Amino acid sequence: MTLLDRHGFRPDPFRRLPAAEIAGHPAVIVPLADVQAGLLVRALGQRIGIDIANTLPAEDATAFANQVDLIAIAFPGFADGRGFTLARRLRRAGFRGILRAVGPLIPDQFAYAMACGFDEVELPDAVATRQGEAAWLADLAIYSTSYQRDYARGQNILEARREARTGGAT
Amino acid sequence: MYRYDEFDAAFVRDRVAQFSAQVQRRLAGALTEDEFKPLRLQNGVYLQLHAYMLRIAIPYGTLSARQLRQLALIGERFDRSYGHFTTRQNLQFNWIQLKDVPEILALLADVEMHAIQTSGNCIRNVTADQFAGVAADEIEDPRPVAELIRQWSTAHPEFSFLPRKFKIAVTGAAEDRAAVSVHDIGLRIVRHPETGETGYAVLVGGGLGRTPMVGKWVRDFLPKPHLLAYLEALMRVYNAEGRRDNKYKARVKILVHEIGIEAFRDRVEAEFAQLDPLRIQADAAEVGRIERYFAPPAYAELQDNPPALRRARAANPEFDRWVAQNGFPHKVPGYQAVTLSLKGIGEAPGDITSAGMRLVAELADRHSFGEIRVTHAQNLVLPNVRQDELFDLWHALAAGGLATANAGLITDIIACPGLDYCALATARSIPIAQALATRFAAPDRQQEIGPLAIKISGCINACGHHHVGHIGILGLEKRGEESYQITLGGDAGNASAIGEILGPGLGADEVPDAIERLLAVYLDHRQPGELFVDSVRRLGIQPFKAAFNAELRHDAA
Ligand code: HEM
Ligand code: SF4
Repeated sequence: MTLLDRHGFRPDPFRRLPAAEIAGHPAVIVPLADVQAGLLVRALGQRIGIDIANTLPAEDATAFANQVDLIAIAFPGFADGRGFTLARRLRRAGFRGILRAVGPLIPDQFAYAMACGFDEVELPDAVATRQGEAAWLADLAIYSTSYQRDYARGQNILEARREARTGGAT
Repeated sequence: MYRYDEFDAAFVRDRVAQFSAQVQRRLAGALTEDEFKPLRLQNGVYLQLHAYMLRIAIPYGTLSARQLRQLALIGERFDRSYGHFTTRQNLQFNWIQLKDVPEILALLADVEMHAIQTSGNCIRNVTADQFAGVAADEIEDPRPVAELIRQWSTAHPEFSFLPRKFKIAVTGAAEDRAAVSVHDIGLRIVRHPETGETGYAVLVGGGLGRTPMVGKWVRDFLPKPHLLAYLEALMRVYNAEGRRDNKYKARVKILVHEIGIEAFRDRVEAEFAQLDPLRIQADAAEVGRIERYFAPPAYAELQDNPPALRRARAANPEFDRWVAQNGFPHKVPGYQAVTLSLKGIGEAPGDITSAGMRLVAELADRHSFGEIRVTHAQNLVLPNVRQDELFDLWHALAAGGLATANAGLITDIIACPGLDYCALATARSIPIAQALATRFAAPDRQQEIGPLAIKISGCINACGHHHVGHIGILGLEKRGEESYQITLGGDAGNASAIGEILGPGLGADEVPDAIERLLAVYLDHRQPGELFVDSVRRLGIQPFKAAFNAELRHDAA
């Protein structure tokens, strides 16, 4: 798998391991079923993430959201947009850790994913190679503005208009 | 009319650049066909039977003369010099080449237009009453809120990969001319019974297609500042819970049907309760900015029904008929809204040539403050015509073949492109419309029959709204033959209803006679002044069914 954030492809500091095997690894992602066990044996400073399905109710994830460092939401296919809503709900519930989208997304969803609260995307290697890093970064650049308020995204057109108005008035 | 500011203009340009890059990436193999498909659809590009089709958004059906001229030009340069207006107030070009699309989108951007979200599993172009802002029966103009929703729903980060397409319609009038109850969300501007303040009544879960449903009330009164937060909550519930295992069950109507409107309402309200409406809603200054674009034009002070009009009507029965049939009451004295029928006898419903578009644009400039509307019945409207200029207008339209006096009558037929264009079609629809229009062409006969909506779809997807036709015609395929199923009693307006099937399917050549038989029942049994659809409601479907089937059995015997 290939990891990508707003600066481009980068090495993945996290390893996927069952709770029983996480000792000695600085950053791990455990299956959802293992989260309690993993937290129980967590070493000082050790970072723990979890993998969740995009169908998991947000309430079920928020129960432990503030104890984990990363939540990885699966995208079974790029056209399945449930992960965007789940990310929004987790952020609203106060999750401050890393949010990762995992699956065969397309570059044209990168700005959307970031706006919904994701920090990074984990792509199958073949998809990453075919699509190329440049296309992902281009998506962030081309969609520099948006019409929705309250999403984490570059310039907001409504706010920009407001500024232009008050700027014009003074 | 709304005008783009620098932000809107930049946004649409960015989108054109983005789509051009997407096409390049597809050609280079960086995107697979599967990955490219939703991107092309969200930019309005369909693959049809013979060519690509481009669907251009005409937000809430409002067009300027300048925009219409540009559409005429695009039709000439990139299509076969005509376009097709659809039941969602959009315009389709049917003979487009994929390589030309970026250039066409740039030409659209030049006149503040686009094809964004006219297709795909996203929030589609918002539709509204074609008489918005001028109708005498209006509580409030729906265009500002439609524009607000257009902006809010454009490239929405969370709702661009929904389970299925999502259609929103708005009306601000007492009579629903926007078919809001057969949309995923229908909004009606209403007055609060106690405070008198205006807000929205919200319907959800309407839709046609293979499982037609009339929308259900999810909120009686939504205060205006809560609108976008409420829409966000509703879309979020749908995005999370709408079915994705079967595309035929993926519309919000199925979710509402499966969990029930009460449970759906509870979930939306629970989500809404966690939102801060004022963080999501555009602020009052922004709403005001949008509203000002829709301020009424500089009307003259005139008297209603001026002598010049009366004289011209008295002297010219054809003109008189056109005014009576295609005129619509305007809220300002001395003005009239008029429907320009794109249903000339024997023509393809909704089609107009580039020359026709130019003529309409010129007449809009001369007689309607440069403004044109598109109706969901696939006609055009000049919303602001001085009554004392109607006669000149009529002359000019008649010269261009655009003065057919049949708005709302039996020959004002809605039809989808059907098998002549569409890759999904199971039968032709345009030739059926043409045959019916020809059969009932005589003006006196049409007048005698009165208002009647025939709607034709070329397959179960129901793009021609057949379920809500007073008479609906659905083209199917049976053992290699086209077969037409007739429904009765549908209605897209305030008394919205899904039509009932009358009997076995008919061959194409049997359809006009079958319609004659239904009309005979109506003409025999109607009470004075009673409309076709009201007779059907009063009499029930049985007498019609009997007449419809009697003849069939007789034929077979
Ligand atoms: C020619 C290419 C077209 C294709 C491939 C197409 C495809 C479809 C499909 C698959 C549906 C069913 C959606 C569903 O049930 O979820 C549908 C519905 C619809 N389409 Fe089209 N369509 C086309 C053209 C048109 C045209 C020309 C119009 C307008 C005249 C139109 C307006 C509509 C409307 C109003 C509906 C019903 C909305 C509803 O289901 O609630 N479409 N279309
Ligand atoms: S109803 Fe069917 S045939 Fe007609 S346009 Fe829609 S998909 Fe095509």
